[in-house]
Amino acid sequence: MNEFLAMGGYAAYVWPSYALAFILLVANIVAPMLQRKKTVTEIARKLRRARNEQK
Amino acid sequence: MNVFMRWFHKMGSPKYFYEVSGKMIPWFMWTFIITLVYGLYQGMIVSPPDYQQGESVRIMYIHVPAAWMSMFIYVVMAVSGLISLVWRIKMTEIFVISSATVGASFTFLALATGSLWGKPMWGTWWVWDARLTSELILLFLYLGIIALHSAIEDKRVAARAISILALVGVVNIPIIHYSVEWWNTLHQTSSVTMTGKKAMSTSMLIPLLVMSVSFKLYYGAVVLMRARAELLERDRNTRWVEEVVQEDTK
Repeated sequence: MNEFLAMGGYAAYVWPSYALAFILLVANIVAPMLQRKKTVTEIARKLRRARNEQK
Repeated sequence: MNVFMRWFHKMGSPKYFYEVSGKMIPWFMWTFIITLVYGLYQGMIVSPPDYQQGESVRIMYIHVPAAWMSMFIYVVMAVSGLISLVWRIKMTEIFVISSATVGASFTFLALATGSLWGKPMWGTWWVWDARLTSELILLFLYLGIIALHSAIEDKRVAARAISILALVGVVNIPIIHYSVEWWNTLHQTSSVTMTGKKAMSTSMLIPLLVMSVSFKLYYGAVVLMRARAELLERDRNTRWVEEVVQEDTK
Protein backbone atom coordinates (compact mmCIF):
# COMPACT_ATOMS: atom_id res chain seq x y z
CA MET A 1 0.00 0.00 0.00
CA ASN A 2 2.79 2.43 0.96
CA GLU A 3 4.57 1.53 -2.21
CA PHE A 4 1.45 2.34 -4.19
CA LEU A 5 1.12 5.72 -2.48
CA ALA A 6 4.78 6.52 -3.10
CA MET A 7 4.25 6.21 -6.89
CA GLY A 8 7.90 5.32 -7.41
CA GLY A 9 9.00 8.67 -6.05
CA TYR A 10 6.57 10.64 -8.19
CA ALA A 11 3.84 10.95 -5.53
CA ALA A 12 4.21 14.74 -5.41
CA TYR A 13 3.28 14.94 -9.10
CA VAL A 14 0.85 12.06 -9.61
CA TRP A 15 -1.47 12.61 -6.64
CA PRO A 16 -1.97 16.36 -7.11
CA SER A 17 -2.92 15.61 -10.73
CA TYR A 18 -5.59 13.17 -9.65
CA ALA A 19 -6.75 15.38 -6.78
CA LEU A 20 -7.18 18.37 -9.09
CA ALA A 21 -9.10 16.24 -11.58
CA PHE A 22 -11.38 15.06 -8.79
CA ILE A 23 -12.01 18.59 -7.50
CA LEU A 24 -12.83 19.95 -10.96
CA LEU A 25 -15.10 17.02 -11.81
CA VAL A 26 -17.07 17.43 -8.59
CA ALA A 27 -17.21 21.24 -8.88
CA ASN A 28 -18.75 21.05 -12.35
CA ILE A 29 -21.47 18.76 -11.02
CA VAL A 30 -22.24 20.82 -7.91
CA ALA A 31 -22.25 24.23 -9.63
CA PRO A 32 -25.21 23.60 -11.97
CA MET A 33 -27.12 21.92 -9.12
CA LEU A 34 -26.74 25.05 -6.98
CA GLN A 35 -27.55 27.31 -9.93
CA ARG A 36 -30.76 25.39 -10.63
CA LYS A 37 -31.76 25.38 -6.98
CA LYS A 38 -31.20 29.12 -6.67
CA THR A 39 -33.32 29.83 -9.74
CA VAL A 40 -36.12 27.53 -8.57
CA THR A 41 -36.19 29.22 -5.14
CA GLU A 42 -36.30 32.68 -6.72
CA ILE A 43 -39.14 31.81 -9.06
CA ALA A 44 -41.07 30.05 -6.29
CA ARG A 45 -40.81 33.15 -4.11
CA LYS A 46 -42.01 35.34 -6.97
CA LEU A 47 -44.96 33.03 -7.64
CA ARG A 48 -45.95 33.04 -3.95
CA ARG A 49 -45.85 36.82 -3.85
CA ALA A 50 -48.00 37.06 -6.99
CA ARG A 51 -50.55 34.67 -5.48
CA ASN A 52 -50.70 36.63 -2.22
CA GLU A 53 -51.32 39.86 -4.07
CA GLN A 54 -54.25 38.31 -5.90
CA LYS A 55 -56.01 37.42 -2.67
CA MET B 1 -38.04 14.49 -42.53
CA ASN B 2 -36.17 11.59 -40.98
CA VAL B 3 -36.39 10.41 -37.41
CA PHE B 4 -33.30 12.27 -36.27
CA MET B 5 -34.45 15.62 -37.64
CA ARG B 6 -37.85 15.19 -36.06
CA TRP B 7 -36.19 14.48 -32.73
CA PHE B 8 -33.91 17.49 -33.20
CA HIS B 9 -36.93 19.72 -33.77
CA LYS B 10 -38.73 18.35 -30.77
CA MET B 11 -35.65 18.96 -28.61
CA GLY B 12 -35.84 22.57 -29.72
CA SER B 13 -38.90 22.94 -27.49
CA PRO B 14 -37.64 24.03 -24.06
CA LYS B 15 -40.26 22.12 -22.11
CA TYR B 16 -39.65 18.87 -23.99
CA PHE B 17 -35.90 19.30 -23.68
CA TYR B 18 -36.16 19.91 -19.96
CA GLU B 19 -38.15 16.72 -19.42
CA VAL B 20 -36.06 14.45 -21.65
CA SER B 21 -32.69 15.76 -20.43
CA GLY B 22 -33.84 15.18 -16.85
CA LYS B 23 -34.22 11.51 -17.72
CA MET B 24 -30.94 11.34 -19.62
CA ILE B 25 -28.70 12.79 -16.91
CA PRO B 26 -28.78 9.75 -14.57
CA TRP B 27 -27.78 7.47 -17.47
CA PHE B 28 -24.82 9.65 -18.33
CA MET B 29 -23.87 9.93 -14.68
CA TRP B 30 -23.94 6.19 -13.93
CA THR B 31 -22.14 5.18 -17.10
CA PHE B 32 -19.58 7.88 -16.29
CA ILE B 33 -19.01 6.52 -12.78
CA ILE B 34 -18.74 2.92 -13.98
CA THR B 35 -16.26 3.75 -16.75
CA LEU B 36 -14.34 6.04 -14.38
CA VAL B 37 -13.89 3.28 -11.79
CA TYR B 38 -12.84 0.81 -14.47
CA GLY B 39 -10.50 3.35 -16.07
CA LEU B 40 -8.88 4.21 -12.74
CA TYR B 41 -8.47 0.51 -11.92
CA GLN B 42 -6.79 -0.08 -15.28
CA GLY B 43 -4.69 3.07 -15.05
CA MET B 44 -3.58 2.93 -11.42
CA ILE B 45 -3.30 -0.82 -10.84
CA VAL B 46 -3.26 -2.94 -13.99
CA SER B 47 -1.11 -0.85 -16.34
CA PRO B 48 2.66 -1.06 -15.80
CA PRO B 49 5.01 1.83 -15.03
CA ASP B 50 6.78 3.23 -18.07
CA TYR B 51 10.31 1.94 -18.69
CA GLN B 52 11.64 5.51 -18.89
CA GLN B 53 9.14 7.63 -16.99
CA GLY B 54 8.36 5.19 -14.18
CA GLU B 55 5.13 5.77 -12.28
CA SER B 56 4.85 9.40 -13.43
CA VAL B 57 3.31 8.07 -16.63
CA ARG B 58 0.04 7.63 -14.71
CA ILE B 59 -0.52 11.37 -15.04
CA MET B 60 -1.16 10.61 -18.71
CA TYR B 61 -4.51 8.95 -17.91
CA ILE B 62 -5.78 12.32 -16.72
CA HIS B 63 -3.71 14.65 -18.87
CA VAL B 64 -4.39 13.24 -22.33
CA PRO B 65 -8.16 12.65 -21.96
CA ALA B 66 -8.49 16.14 -20.42
CA ALA B 67 -6.62 17.68 -23.35
CA TRP B 68 -8.81 15.79 -25.82
CA MET B 69 -11.89 17.00 -23.97
CA SER B 70 -10.68 20.60 -24.07
CA MET B 71 -10.72 20.46 -27.87
CA PHE B 72 -13.76 18.21 -28.24
CA ILE B 73 -15.91 20.51 -26.10
CA TYR B 74 -14.67 23.55 -27.98
CA VAL B 75 -15.73 22.03 -31.30
CA VAL B 76 -19.16 21.09 -29.90
CA MET B 77 -19.49 24.64 -28.58
CA ALA B 78 -18.50 26.21 -31.92
CA VAL B 79 -20.89 23.98 -33.87
CA SER B 80 -23.70 24.93 -31.44
CA GLY B 81 -22.70 28.55 -31.98
CA LEU B 82 -22.89 28.17 -35.75
CA ILE B 83 -26.36 26.57 -35.55
CA SER B 84 -27.50 29.34 -33.19
CA LEU B 85 -26.30 32.08 -35.51
CA VAL B 86 -27.76 30.57 -38.66
CA TRP B 87 -31.09 29.25 -37.39
CA ARG B 88 -31.55 31.26 -34.19
CA ILE B 89 -32.35 28.14 -32.19
CA LYS B 90 -32.59 28.87 -28.48
CA MET B 91 -31.53 25.44 -27.29
CA THR B 92 -28.22 25.46 -29.16
CA GLU B 93 -27.57 28.96 -27.80
CA ILE B 94 -27.83 27.51 -24.33
CA PHE B 95 -25.37 24.75 -25.21
CA VAL B 96 -22.71 27.31 -26.09
CA ILE B 97 -22.58 28.84 -22.62
CA SER B 98 -23.26 25.53 -20.88
CA SER B 99 -20.18 24.02 -22.51
CA ALA B 100 -17.88 26.90 -21.68
CA THR B 101 -17.28 26.30 -17.95
CA VAL B 102 -16.73 22.56 -18.24
CA GLY B 103 -14.52 23.15 -21.29
CA ALA B 104 -12.46 25.70 -19.39
CA SER B 105 -12.12 23.22 -16.52
CA PHE B 106 -10.74 20.48 -18.78
CA THR B 107 -8.37 22.94 -20.44
CA PHE B 108 -7.08 24.07 -17.07
CA LEU B 109 -6.76 20.43 -15.99
CA ALA B 110 -4.77 19.57 -19.12
CA LEU B 111 -2.42 22.51 -18.52
CA ALA B 112 -2.00 21.86 -14.80
CA THR B 113 -1.41 18.12 -15.11
CA GLY B 114 0.94 18.82 -18.02
CA SER B 115 2.88 21.11 -15.74
CA LEU B 116 2.95 18.50 -12.98
CA TRP B 117 4.22 15.97 -15.51
CA GLY B 118 6.67 18.37 -17.14
CA LYS B 119 8.49 19.20 -13.93
CA PRO B 120 9.87 15.69 -13.25
CA MET B 121 10.24 14.71 -16.95
CA TRP B 122 11.42 17.89 -18.66
CA GLY B 123 12.81 19.63 -15.59
CA THR B 124 10.49 22.62 -15.96
CA TRP B 125 6.90 23.51 -15.13
CA TRP B 126 6.41 25.50 -18.28
CA VAL B 127 7.96 26.31 -21.64
CA TRP B 128 6.60 28.63 -24.31
CA ASP B 129 6.47 25.97 -26.96
CA ALA B 130 3.72 25.87 -29.57
CA ARG B 131 1.62 23.11 -27.98
CA LEU B 132 1.57 24.64 -24.51
CA THR B 133 1.03 28.17 -25.77
CA SER B 134 -1.83 27.28 -28.10
CA GLU B 135 -3.52 25.29 -25.31
CA LEU B 136 -3.14 28.33 -23.03
CA ILE B 137 -4.81 30.45 -25.71
CA LEU B 138 -7.65 27.93 -25.69
CA LEU B 139 -8.09 28.54 -21.97
CA PHE B 140 -8.20 32.30 -22.61
CA LEU B 141 -10.82 31.77 -25.33
CA TYR B 142 -13.00 29.83 -22.90
CA LEU B 143 -12.55 32.46 -20.19
CA GLY B 144 -13.25 35.22 -22.72
CA ILE B 145 -16.50 33.51 -23.71
CA ILE B 146 -17.58 33.19 -20.07
CA ALA B 147 -16.68 36.83 -19.32
CA LEU B 148 -18.40 38.15 -22.44
CA HIS B 149 -21.56 36.22 -21.62
CA SER B 150 -21.78 37.61 -18.10
CA ALA B 151 -21.03 41.16 -19.31
CA ILE B 152 -24.10 41.35 -21.56
CA GLU B 153 -27.43 41.71 -19.81
CA ASP B 154 -29.70 40.57 -22.65
CA LYS B 155 -29.08 36.81 -22.80
CA ARG B 156 -30.05 36.45 -26.45
CA VAL B 157 -27.58 39.14 -27.47
CA ALA B 158 -24.99 37.57 -25.17
CA ALA B 159 -25.54 34.18 -26.81
CA ARG B 160 -25.00 35.66 -30.26
CA ALA B 161 -21.83 37.44 -29.16
CA ILE B 162 -20.26 34.34 -27.62
CA SER B 163 -21.29 32.21 -30.62
CA ILE B 164 -19.30 34.54 -32.87
CA LEU B 165 -16.32 34.47 -30.50
CA ALA B 166 -16.50 30.66 -30.31
CA LEU B 167 -16.54 30.43 -34.11
CA VAL B 168 -13.60 32.78 -34.56
CA GLY B 169 -11.61 30.86 -31.95
CA VAL B 170 -12.11 27.54 -33.72
CA VAL B 171 -9.05 28.39 -35.83
CA ASN B 172 -7.00 27.58 -32.74
CA ILE B 173 -8.10 23.92 -32.70
CA PRO B 174 -6.12 22.71 -35.75
CA ILE B 175 -3.21 24.83 -34.50
CA ILE B 176 -3.22 22.93 -31.20
CA HIS B 177 -3.55 19.60 -32.97
CA TYR B 178 -0.75 20.14 -35.50
CA SER B 179 1.47 22.31 -33.29
CA VAL B 180 3.68 19.32 -32.43
CA GLU B 181 4.25 18.64 -36.14
CA TRP B 182 4.51 22.16 -37.51
CA TRP B 183 6.92 23.44 -34.91
CA ASN B 184 9.79 21.98 -33.01
CA THR B 185 8.20 21.53 -29.61
CA LEU B 186 9.40 20.15 -26.32
CA HIS B 187 6.00 18.48 -26.12
CA GLN B 188 6.07 15.06 -27.78
CA THR B 189 4.04 14.21 -30.89
CA SER B 190 0.82 12.21 -30.68
CA SER B 191 1.10 8.65 -29.41
CA VAL B 192 -2.42 7.77 -30.41
CA THR B 193 -3.47 8.45 -33.99
CA MET B 194 -6.52 7.70 -36.07
CA THR B 195 -4.42 5.90 -38.67
CA GLY B 196 -3.72 3.18 -36.14
CA LYS B 197 0.03 3.64 -36.04
CA LYS B 198 0.74 2.08 -32.68
CA ALA B 199 3.15 3.93 -30.41
CA MET B 200 1.87 2.66 -27.10
CA SER B 201 1.36 -0.73 -25.48
CA THR B 202 -2.20 -2.01 -25.16
CA SER B 203 -1.97 -2.07 -21.36
CA MET B 204 -1.60 1.73 -21.43
CA LEU B 205 -3.95 2.32 -24.33
CA ILE B 206 -6.89 0.67 -22.53
CA PRO B 207 -6.99 2.99 -19.48
CA LEU B 208 -6.35 5.97 -21.75
CA LEU B 209 -9.31 5.21 -24.00
CA VAL B 210 -11.59 4.18 -21.12
CA MET B 211 -10.87 7.45 -19.31
CA SER B 212 -11.51 9.35 -22.50
CA VAL B 213 -14.93 7.69 -22.92
CA SER B 214 -15.62 8.34 -19.24
CA PHE B 215 -14.89 12.06 -19.57
CA LYS B 216 -17.19 12.29 -22.59
CA LEU B 217 -20.04 10.71 -20.62
CA TYR B 218 -19.27 13.14 -17.81
CA TYR B 219 -19.49 16.05 -20.21
CA GLY B 220 -22.85 14.71 -21.43
CA ALA B 221 -24.22 14.74 -17.89
CA VAL B 222 -22.77 18.09 -16.87
CA VAL B 223 -23.66 20.00 -20.01
CA LEU B 224 -27.28 18.85 -19.71
CA MET B 225 -27.41 19.83 -16.03
CA ARG B 226 -26.04 23.25 -16.86
CA ALA B 227 -28.34 23.65 -19.85
CA ARG B 228 -31.40 22.87 -17.71
CA ALA B 229 -30.37 25.45 -15.12
CA GLU B 230 -29.77 28.07 -17.82
CA LEU B 231 -33.08 27.24 -19.43
CA LEU B 232 -35.04 27.79 -16.22
CA GLU B 233 -33.37 31.14 -15.75
CA ARG B 234 -34.05 32.28 -19.31
CA ASP B 235 -37.63 31.11 -19.44
CA ARG B 236 -38.43 32.18 -15.90
CA ASN B 237 -41.52 34.12 -16.95
CA THR B 238 -43.10 31.34 -18.97
CA ARG B 239 -45.93 29.04 -18.10
CA TRP B 240 -43.93 25.79 -18.34
CA VAL B 241 -41.25 27.02 -15.94
CA GLU B 242 -43.90 28.01 -13.42
CA GLU B 243 -45.29 24.50 -13.66
CA VAL B 244 -41.86 22.96 -13.18
CA VAL B 245 -41.18 25.16 -10.15
CA GLN B 246 -44.55 24.34 -8.59
CA GLU B 247 -43.87 20.65 -9.12
CA ASP B 248 -40.37 21.02 -7.62
CA THR B 249 -41.34 22.97 -4.51
CA LYS B 250 -44.41 20.94 -3.65
